[in-house]
Formats: sequence, C-alpha cells, structure tokens
Amino acid sequence: MIENILSIAFLAQTIRITVPYALASIGGVFSERGGVVNIALEGIILNGAFCATVGTYYTGNPFVGIICAVAGGLITALIHALVTINVKADQIVSGIAINLFAVGVTKFVLQIVFHSSSNSDRIPGLPHLKLPLISSSPVLTQVFGNPLVLLTILIVVVSHFVIFKTRFGLRLRSVGENPEAADTVGISVSFYRYCGLLTSGALAALAGAWLAFDQHSFTDGMSAGRGFIALAAMIVGKWTPLGAASACLLFGFAESLQIQLQGVGIPTQFVQMIPYIATIVVLAGFIGRATPPAADGIPYEKE
Amino acid sequence: MAKKKSAFGGLENPLTQNFLVPLLAVILSFIVGGLFILIIGKNPLEVYAALFSGTLGSPYGVGQLLFKSTPLIFTGLSVALCFQAGLFNIGAEGQLQVGAFLTAIVGMKTFGVPALLEIPLLLTAGMIGGGLWGFIPGYLKAKFGAHEVINTIMLNFIAAALVSYFVTNVFNVPATVHTPPISPQGRLPRFDTFIPAMAGSPVNFSLIVAFIAALLLWYYIWHTRYGYEVRVVGLNVKAAEYGGINVPKNIVLSMTFGGALAGLAGSNFVMGYKYYFEEGFSVGTGFMGIAVALLGNNHPLGVIFSALLFGMLDYGGLVINTMVPKELVIILQAVVIIFVISSNKMFKRFLMNLLKKKAASGND
Amino acid sequence: MPYAVELLNITKRFARVVANDNVTLRVHSGTIHALVGENGAGKTTLMETLYGLYQPDSGSIRIHGREVSIKSPHDSIKLGIGMVHQHFMLVPPLTVLENIILGAELTRGSFLDLKKARDEIEKLAAKFSLRVPLDEKVENVGVGVQQRVEILKALYRNANILILDEPTAVLTPQETNELFRILIELKAQGKTIILITHKLNEVMAVSEHVSVMRKGRIVGELETARTSPQEIAQLMVGRPVLFRVEKTVKEVGDPVLEIENLSYTDKRGVELLRNISFVVRAGEIFGIAGVEGNGQTQLVECITGLSTPQIGSVKIKGVEILGLGARQVLDRGLAHIPEDRIRRGLVMDLTIKENLILGLHATKKFSTAVAMRESAIKEYAQILIEKFDIRPADVNVVARGLSGGNQQKVIIARELSRNADVIVACQPTRGVDISGTEFIHRVLISARDSNKAILLVSADLSEILSLADRIAVMYRGEIVKVFPGNEVEEKELGLYMMGSARELAERIEDGKEEIRLWRT
Repeated sequence: MIENILSIAFLAQTIRITVPYALASIGGVFSERGGVVNIALEGIILNGAFCATVGTYYTGNPFVGIICAVAGGLITALIHALVTINVKADQIVSGIAINLFAVGVTKFVLQIVFHSSSNSDRIPGLPHLKLPLISSSPVLTQVFGNPLVLLTILIVVVSHFVIFKTRFGLRLRSVGENPEAADTVGISVSFYRYCGLLTSGALAALAGAWLAFDQHSFTDGMSAGRGFIALAAMIVGKWTPLGAASACLLFGFAESLQIQLQGVGIPTQFVQMIPYIATIVVLAGFIGRATPPAADGIPYEKE
Repeated sequence: MAKKKSAFGGLENPLTQNFLVPLLAVILSFIVGGLFILIIGKNPLEVYAALFSGTLGSPYGVGQLLFKSTPLIFTGLSVALCFQAGLFNIGAEGQLQVGAFLTAIVGMKTFGVPALLEIPLLLTAGMIGGGLWGFIPGYLKAKFGAHEVINTIMLNFIAAALVSYFVTNVFNVPATVHTPPISPQGRLPRFDTFIPAMAGSPVNFSLIVAFIAALLLWYYIWHTRYGYEVRVVGLNVKAAEYGGINVPKNIVLSMTFGGALAGLAGSNFVMGYKYYFEEGFSVGTGFMGIAVALLGNNHPLGVIFSALLFGMLDYGGLVINTMVPKELVIILQAVVIIFVISSNKMFKRFLMNLLKKKAASGND
Repeated sequence: MPYAVELLNITKRFARVVANDNVTLRVHSGTIHALVGENGAGKTTLMETLYGLYQPDSGSIRIHGREVSIKSPHDSIKLGIGMVHQHFMLVPPLTVLENIILGAELTRGSFLDLKKARDEIEKLAAKFSLRVPLDEKVENVGVGVQQRVEILKALYRNANILILDEPTAVLTPQETNELFRILIELKAQGKTIILITHKLNEVMAVSEHVSVMRKGRIVGELETARTSPQEIAQLMVGRPVLFRVEKTVKEVGDPVLEIENLSYTDKRGVELLRNISFVVRAGEIFGIAGVEGNGQTQLVECITGLSTPQIGSVKIKGVEILGLGARQVLDRGLAHIPEDRIRRGLVMDLTIKENLILGLHATKKFSTAVAMRESAIKEYAQILIEKFDIRPADVNVVARGLSGGNQQKVIIARELSRNADVIVACQPTRGVDISGTEFIHRVLISARDSNKAILLVSADLSEILSLADRIAVMYRGEIVKVFPGNEVEEKELGLYMMGSARELAERIEDGKEEIRLWRT
C-alpha cells in the first residue's frame, strides 16, 4: 500500500480532491477578510455544479458551463450579500438558508430538466491541454493539463498578492478588522464587503464546476459538506490564501488516503467518516491559536 | 414571556413581533414560490389551492399534516432552546438520527414491562441518544471555543454514517434497511383509533408528547432561574459572567437538552408509525427545525404554529407532486428563513429607533 | 479671511431628537477653539457634520469664506478638514504606516507604493516633531502614540483644520502636555484647531475661544482669557455647580477587603499585576487613580472573581476568596459596578426588573428550587426604582429604552442594594451627565457613611480627589504610592501616574522631560 501512496496516481488523486476545497476555501478567505461569514459556500458549490452541468449539457461546451457556474455563484452570493450587508441580518442563518435553498432549487430544476430527482445526464469534461513536460504521462496530463487545475494554482498565487500587496487588499482587510475606522477615512464598507462576498461566490462556484466536470454529471447533494470543510481549512490557514490552500492540500491528502483504505476491510461507513472527524479534531485543536478578522460576522451599522 | 409595556401604540406588543412579522414573511415566501411555479408554466393559485385542500380539506389530510408536524415541533424546540442560549444548533438532523436509532434498539428487546413504563423508557432512550449528540459539540464549544456550526454539521454526517453502518450490518432485518420491530408495549397509539375520520393517517400520541415538551420548555425558559440564565447567556455573555452565571455549563446543558429534544423527534416514526428504525425515514427534519424555530421567534408557542405550517407544506408537497416537483417545498422553507430574518431585523431596527427616541425625549 | 470655519444655522435631527438646534459657530483661522458641553449636548454631532459623516437637515457651511457642500469624509478631507475621534479609528493588526495611508494610498499600478508613502510621512513627522514607529502594528503601541498616528493621518491628507474629540480622555497629564505642545506647534504653522472637550482646565490652558453647547444649542461664546471655569460650567449645566461633594470626616472601621501580593501574568506572558497589596476598611472610600491600561481592569477582575491571579490573596472579612468564581464572590458580600456598563453590567434586551436581579436570580429570595418568585421580584424592582429615581418608573421597560444615566442608575441600584460589605465601583460616572454624576457621588458617600468599604477605580482625577479618603496610584501593574485623600494635589498624583517620582525627577534633570501642568 505504501507504494500506492508514493505513486503519481496518488499525487494526481490528491490534487484532484484538493482543487474544489482550495477554490472554496480561498473564496471564504476573501469573504471573511471583508468581515462577512460565508456559511453559504456549500450551497454555492452545489449551485455552481448544477449550473455548470446545465450549461454544458445544453451547449456541449464546457467553457460555457464554467461561465454559467460563475454566474450562478454570483447570483447566489448576491442574495446572501443583500441579506447580510444591506438588511444586516444574521450571517450564519442566512448562509444556512441559502444552503437549503440550493438543495431545493437544484433538485427542483433537476427534476424539470432531467426528469430525475437524483442524477443529471452525462456531460463532457474539460479538454486537457498538452503541456510540454507532462504530455507523455496521461495521469499527469489529466491533472496538470486540466485548465481548472492551472487556474486554481494561479488563483492561489494571485489571491495572496491581491490581499496583501494591493490597495484593494488593504482596504478589504481594514473593512474586516475595523469597519468604523475604514468608514471614517471614506472607504465604503458595503462596497468592499460586496467585493469579498461576490469573489467568494465566483470561486466556490468554480469549485462546484470542477466537481461536475470531474464526475461528468450532477448528483443531488454532491457537495457533501465540502463547503464546511473548506471553512475549517480557512480557519486552519489563518485566513490567508496560501495557508488555506495548504490546509486544503492536507485535507485532500487525508481524503485520498481514505479512498486507498476503502478496499482494506474497514467498513465503508467508517472510512467515510474520516474527513468529518478530522475536521472536528482539527478545529478543536486550532481555535485558541487562530483569530479571525475582528469584525468577522458582525454586520456594520452606523451609530 | 417578558412582557413589554405597550407604550408605543402597541407596536412593541409581542404579538406584533411574534405573529404579524412572521406572517408577513410567510406571505412573501408564498409569492416567491409562486414565481417558481409560474416559471415552469403552472398556475400558482391552482397549485396553492390543491396544497391547502389536500392538507386542510379533510380529516385525513389534517391527520397527515399533524403527523408531519410532530417531529418538526421537536426539532423546532431544540433549535429554539439553543438559539435562546445564543447557540446555533445545526445538528438536529444528526441528533434526531441517533435518538431514533437508540429508541429502536432499546425497544427491540422485550423487557416484559407494561406500556406505562416502557414508553417513558423508550422516550428516554431517544433523549439520551440525541442528548449525547448535542453534548459533543456543546462540550467542544465550552472547552475549546470550537464553533458549534461546523461541528454540528460534521456530526450530522458522522451520525448518518454510523447509524447506516449499524442498521445495515448489525441490527437489520435481512433484506431490509430497517431494524426489528419494537415491543408492543413501546408503541404509541394512533389518533385514528379514536377518531375514525382520520383513518389511514399516522398521526399519533407523539404529538401529545410534543405539546407537553413545548409547555415544559416555555416554563423552563421564562419561569425558572435556569431559563433566566440561558437567556442572559444568549443575550450578553459578558453580563452573564459578571452576574456569576456559569457560562460553559450553560452552553453544554443547552446543547445537550437541545439534542435531547431533537432525539425525541424520532418517536413519531419509530414509536408511533412503523415501529422500527428505517434508514432515510427522515430527511431534512433537522434543517427544517431551524426554519421552524426562526419563524416561531424561538418561542415554544411560535414553534408549534410554525411546525404546523411546515408540516402542512411538507405533506402538501407530496399532494402537489403531480403538478410541481415536491422540492418546491424546500425552496419555500429556505425563502421563509430569509424573509423571516430580514423582516425581523428590519422590524427590530424600527423598534430600537422608537425606543431611542423615547429615551432621549422622556427620561432625563 | 478671519474665519476658517463657519457653521451657519445647522440643524440636525435623529428621529425626533434634535441633536443640533439652529447652531451657528464661527472659528477664527489659526486659533484653537474649544467646543464644550455635557454628554449629549451635541458637540460631537456638530463636528461629525462638519467632517461629513452626517448631513445637516438645514443650514450651511463655509470654509475660508466659501460655501461648501460636504457629503462625506471624502469631501471634507479634500477641503482640508481632518478629524481625530474620541475612540481611535485605527485598524489594530495593520502597521502604523498602513493605518496612516489607508484610504489615501499611493499606488504603482495596483500595487501599494509603500516606499514613497514612507518618505512622505517621515518628512511630515519631522516637520511637526511627531515621532511614530512606522512599522509597528498599531495594536502594539501605546495610546499616546496612537493619538499621534491619528494626527499624522489627518496631516498626511493635508488637513488645515483639525478637529479633536476629547483627545485627553485616555492620557496622563504628561501625555496631555505633549499633545498640547503639538497643538501649539500646529497652530504656529497656521493650522486651525477645534477642540471638543468637557475638561475645563484644559480649555482655560490652551484655547483662545470657547463655545458652550447645551441640549443642542449654543448657549455661550466666550473669549477664554476673559472667562473662568465656573462661568463655563454654569453655562454648560444651567445652574451653579458644586465642584466638590460635601463629605464629613469619618472614622474608619476594620479591614473588609484585604489584597496581598496579587500578581497576574496573562497568556502572552505579560505581567499585568505586580505584587499588589492594600486594604480597604469599613466606612472608607479607597480610590485607585491611574490612566486606563495600567492594570486596573485586571485588578478588578481578580477581585471580583472574573479572573484568577497566579499569586496572592484576596480576603473579604477575613475569608479567602481567591480562585472562587464570580457567583461565590458575589455571595460572599461583594458588589461590582463594572466599568463597561453596556457590555458587562446590563442585558439590554431584558427589562429593568430582570436586570435588577442579575447576580441575585438564584438566591432564595427570588427563586425556589425550580420556579422564580415573580411577585417578590416585581416588588423588589419597584422599591429600587423609587429609591434611585429611575425613569421611566416601570419595571417592564427594556433596558435598551433607558438613557445612559438611567441605565447606570439601574446598575448602581442593583449593586448598592445587595447588602454587600464591599463595593467595587469602576468609572461609575463615565458617560453620565453632571446631575447624574452628582446623584451617584451622593449615593456612594452615603454608602460609605453606612460603613461599607468602597473601592473606587476611576480615570477621572477630580472624581477621585472629590470622593476618596485614601488614594492609591497604579502604574504599569503596581501600586506606586498611597496618599491620604486630603493631602495630595492633582500635580503630584499626575507625577505618580507616570511612574515613581524619583524616576521622573531624574528625567527632568536630564532635560528629557518638561513639566508644565495646568490647574483649575
């Protein structure tokens, strides 16, 4: 079994599993750095997966599917933004409601379009790019030749720069730490929170699109808790893109390991529990040492 | 219930906040739901008419409605209690599963005791199962500060996997996905044995247990010193500490009691209907409990009314499934939550401004 | 142009409250203009309107003679107006440099150009002798430095008109000196300064003109050189004001609260309390003076059971209470008026009745093993409301609906009626107006006369001087000196608040510190 782990196939599988987590988790970073808790990542992933499926199904073009996914993610995030930033209602409850909404809407439309309450029809995946160094290895090409994988790596790097080295990032962070201070120097708290939240919507939707393309279909409930695990990874990663991505890699590794274990005599259900138990353990261990942005989760209301 | 003096022409009357505002939210949600119905080319009025007549139009329908509402009362109370303590119990789903499972397992064995003992025994089993599943995230929060939202959600998944394993591999009746039946003394009587008009609907005495639970919860929260502490912890943790209240203890107790309440939700199916535990017998009841609690403003009476509404929607979804996918009902529930928290927030802001005005002009 | 700022007939309403009622204010260029008034008089609202955080309902604003429209801080900053708020508007985890440039960042493309910003700021700091550590995180620098950062923020944006809101609230007398030196330097360089304050001695020391506000209106326009604190105070309140409370000499009794060798180190290894020892006797008010942030909060938390110190002993009437939780400490005869009334002392969404039993809710008087004794609670609440004149006089009003002064009265009513032997009162009159303050002082004196032991922690020196029988000074977690109440002056207290007199004397000799203090 050890040789399995050290193989390229295992590496490829780990990356495959990590991608949606990383995208969603970095999305969470953008949202929470601006001060908005986004429990709705789970629902946005689901909506993104569904929109990607429908878009690809009707046009045969997966890139259209990606655009549809992002559109769906933005719209979902917009609802969350209206409720939490404009109406200033509770961010966590709004997130839970959106997750429920996503479950309902996807199943509803799934029934209408595909006449099934659990599965969509098959869709093509993303075409693989033939990159110079790896085009000889089919396994590596499948992973690193996949446009979304490359995009994810790019997003990780770019996000780091955006948040810590640009004016936008400085203002976003100030809004999440002390919105009143930002307000008094003329920075629009709402505007930056919207930006953070919508960005998280787009990224989480991409995560969903990835899932749909990976599986070549949409299945009811296919997000399976990834949105929440992504949040845990964000916490472990101390709300930084590089940290979140690293934590996701760790989770991806654990899940990949779990799959290897599935042939080995341990009942499937127990193995399935591993990522969830791991999340609980990790959270319990990390809480004392990780502090979120100070205004995270608190709606900004001018006195 | 804290009585507020009606000094503003009745607007801060609890009736407004507990009834009119939620009603507004429900109406708005129906309008949004209507849009979805229109999009797929059906007539919303027709659909809603069918929904109402299928549920409220006959004793059988009412019976089905009540049956669907019963577990929602339990999970609604569970979430409401936790909200009063300032905690988000997203884990009612898992607590329900563990509680129901334990009820079925204990009920499987025949102890040879009369129903008067067996029924409380099984109910207690349900409370212990759910209580344990609520205790875990409560303890993690109290001890480590770990946020209960993610933990309860994780535990939902874990509960599903655990219960699935035990039901399919250890306790199952071969070739089925359910446990052996519970002993006859553990079964709750059905309403239709007394009310023939409801024949066929599975509503049972679990509903009575739910009402009793609601009554007890109301008394607990507003008339005992334990409930006082829960409310203070939920409204202002620092003031609670300052007033000598043991905050960690209250967190753990509230999550545990909340879990226990959710654990009782299984009694409706396991003790009152099929008399065994079956995988997938309840999907989403825990999450719906969140909507029920919010719509009911975290008050037991409100929870009962909300549960009835959602129960109606739940059964109604099945009735209208030929016209519209039954998932419309889930959409409605989600939209209700959004409208409730939005209108509550806007109403509270309105009220606070009124109070501030009064304070500034009248009191110095 | 003689006037830098003219606010003409400004009216601003919040719902039905008129915060500014037809206010006209003219500030001469190149002067320091004091704006004084009680809490709630409308001075902060007026200045925030000038700064663009609010829009007036009617009236106009002229800057250097030209009428302007200020719709947001963006506009006011462009006009050269800068504001330093009472509660600093800084982002703690960002560095000083980042805080100064926030909102006015220089960029190369989309990236921040920190080098250029740094050069500009260093030039500015040198020009006004405002030394600040640019790369330190704001959360790690002291309050005096933070204030300088706020001033630099305004200057970086080319402010010519500087508004400062209660700038000395958290400063020692020496830091206040330093601030005023800076303001006078700014004035010399042609800046106009508007100083919002309620500290009359500062007004007298540093301003040229004073405008007095009361209940949203301007009630007096004075030239500082030709007026007195008494005259200003009278305008602020509307009647002659007692500066000292009548206090009889009292014989003190036995020690009730004994603190010995208390030391506390926090999670980060910082020693917040060092070997604190003192005794409070029955029938005396023991005052602890000190600028906030020197360990007072931690000391109070240790005494009231909200925190446990690593070393030391706290005894109430001879019984050790160290390590007991808040509930047990309350049961042993301690009452606590917390410094943060909104966050600690009250539950805003509960009624007066429910707030009055906080801490007592589990006692036999108000609760059986299961049920609460509703009529006993109601009766108790009604008695207290009458005794302490809480308005509105209705047990069922939610705390949020009370004014600040009445909220504080609820807390004081609750704590003083507990039959406690020790009363710990922290900043009891912060945010309370003059009449409320007088009431609270009288109530505290009366408790002292009834033989209670009172520990008074306050950053308000005149309050301590007025009430305390003995005064201790806390500095960096230690008690540096204890004085009898009638034998010390503000000047000396101030010195001790900055460390031991000897250390300070050495600094003065070395020419590093100049002492210039102002007195009433």
